[in-house]
Amino acid sequence: MSEQKIKNMTMNFGPQHPAAHGVLRLVLEMDGEVVERSDPHIGLLHRGTEKLIEYKSYIQATPYFDRLDYVAPMNQEHAYCLAIEKLMGIEVPKRGQYIRVLYAEIGRILNHILNLTAFALDVGAMTPLLWGFEEREKLMEFYERACGARLHANYFRPGGVAADLPAGLLEDIDAWADQYDIFLKDFDRVLTGNRIFKQRTVDIGIVSAEEALDWGFTGPNIRASGLAWDLRKSQPYDSYEEFDFDIPVGKNGDCYDRFLVRFEEMWQSLKIIKQAIKNMPDGPVIVENNKVAPPSRADMKRSMEALIHHFKLFTEGFHVPAGECYAAVEAPKGEFGVYLVSDGSNRPYRCKIRAPGFPHLQGIDFMSKGHMLADVVANIGSLDIVFGEIDR
Amino acid sequence: MSELLSDNSAALNDLKDLVVSQLANEILESEIRYGELTIVAKRDDILKVLTFLRDDTGCLFKQLIDVCGADYPERAERFDVVYHLLSLKHNLRIRVKVRTDEETPVPSSVPVFSAADWFEREAWDMYGIFFADHPDPRRILTDYGFEGHPLRKDFPLTGYVEVRYDDEQKRVVYEPVKLVQDFRNFDFESPWEGIQNVLPGDEKAEGNA
Repeated sequence: MSEQKIKNMTMNFGPQHPAAHGVLRLVLEMDGEVVERSDPHIGLLHRGTEKLIEYKSYIQATPYFDRLDYVAPMNQEHAYCLAIEKLMGIEVPKRGQYIRVLYAEIGRILNHILNLTAFALDVGAMTPLLWGFEEREKLMEFYERACGARLHANYFRPGGVAADLPAGLLEDIDAWADQYDIFLKDFDRVLTGNRIFKQRTVDIGIVSAEEALDWGFTGPNIRASGLAWDLRKSQPYDSYEEFDFDIPVGKNGDCYDRFLVRFEEMWQSLKIIKQAIKNMPDGPVIVENNKVAPPSRADMKRSMEALIHHFKLFTEGFHVPAGECYAAVEAPKGEFGVYLVSDGSNRPYRCKIRAPGFPHLQGIDFMSKGHMLADVVANIGSLDIVFGEIDR
Repeated sequence: MSELLSDNSAALNDLKDLVVSQLANEILESEIRYGELTIVAKRDDILKVLTFLRDDTGCLFKQLIDVCGADYPERAERFDVVYHLLSLKHNLRIRVKVRTDEETPVPSSVPVFSAADWFEREAWDMYGIFFADHPDPRRILTDYGFEGHPLRKDFPLTGYVEVRYDDEQKRVVYEPVKLVQDFRNFDFESPWEGIQNVLPGDEKAEGNA
């Protein structure tokens, strides 16, 4: 029998594939069932956010940030608001900062619930997803009660947050936080020691600390590789330095470690949420400078000046002094940064959005090399990919 | 908070002195503003600058956070390529800028930081900035077969083509953009007193706009 030449096969994965976490199109070069090269084709969800922002006033641009990483909307707004505040030299009132921290951590839990349970679904466990979405729904109700929308919040504003929390909300969040550990413990029991789950994730997609640095990994993905780096600790913003929490760190940098780091982060977020509720200060939630923040409804009924301020703020908007700055937050997926260039007018001249998922997805090629096809799915799940922010 | 900032600024000043003394021939400008250090490097020396920043013990900027373009059409060299680096060791950030125009390529920084690959593809896609010796110079975010560079200031917000599904041809077709209503770009800039005293639009108060 003559020897047969075996050619590599090129396989198309996605863009409409349930395990592609959105609209990822992967072109895989396969040697049998082993992946030789993976080439992600992104941009199928490209909406030109950065271009649109250049044509909007600063306040009108905030809602675009909700639509980037739509799994944890407020964390994105946070970075944008911090960038504007840096250029304008605004100090956010204490209560505003605490509310932001509270909601940033709720966003982190929202994100990790979705990612971890969807990851589990990718590797074969269906139940956690159904449990997790119940908790997510409760959290989105807290979003709704604070800002009126379940997802596209537009709640963080330059100078603080849009409105104070309604009466009773903090008590309800506290009550939720007390019962949330039931879900976490169940989740832990179902997955962490699960034989099938471990077979699919342990020693899959190992990223060493050097590789993680070289490829620009941030957030849970770099922590899973053993580097204790968290912007909330190292470059604290909005009063994070007043909170007591730990940074979980992985050892091997494989899919399982990324899972464990995220899981532990949910416990830490819960701790921060409880502290924020306990120590929530009183006072204004947004700066009381009406050149930046709108006056209250009650003022507008009585004061002509307040009415003018409101009108000017929502037509012309405020002017930001010329200059450029970079502000970053520890978003659930990693470092989410905004590079903002202002020319002194009422619109951003350039707003570059540094999404953490972008370099993470880039790493899929070196992570998947030599792995089986099914492991590519585990890698994608463990990297926490959301296309809203990658394609922008 | 103020303590943190002041600590940071001392370290930043040290870093600035170090970079300026070591790379005197490679950098054109350096500035600290809003607690951030920005250096402008010569285009052809960018790899040397990035390698120094990555490897020198006083810098150790091991992580490339971002590479992006920015367009200033009124300048002779209209594009900025902006690199953001992060040092985990020293907990510092630095911004490196390089200027270029539509024709002159910038040396690709992929040999120094692997992460630069996609960021540079994005800068090429969005601005049409050339990167010399880039391993994979394809477009990244725009459609297959897209023409033009959308983030340039002279590219219209509405674009040039729109797509729809054609039921007769049973495929998606590309057509020139037809706007039902003219594109409106409001000038809301007024002499209203904003947060600063001198602002664009102020000249309108004097009636010589």
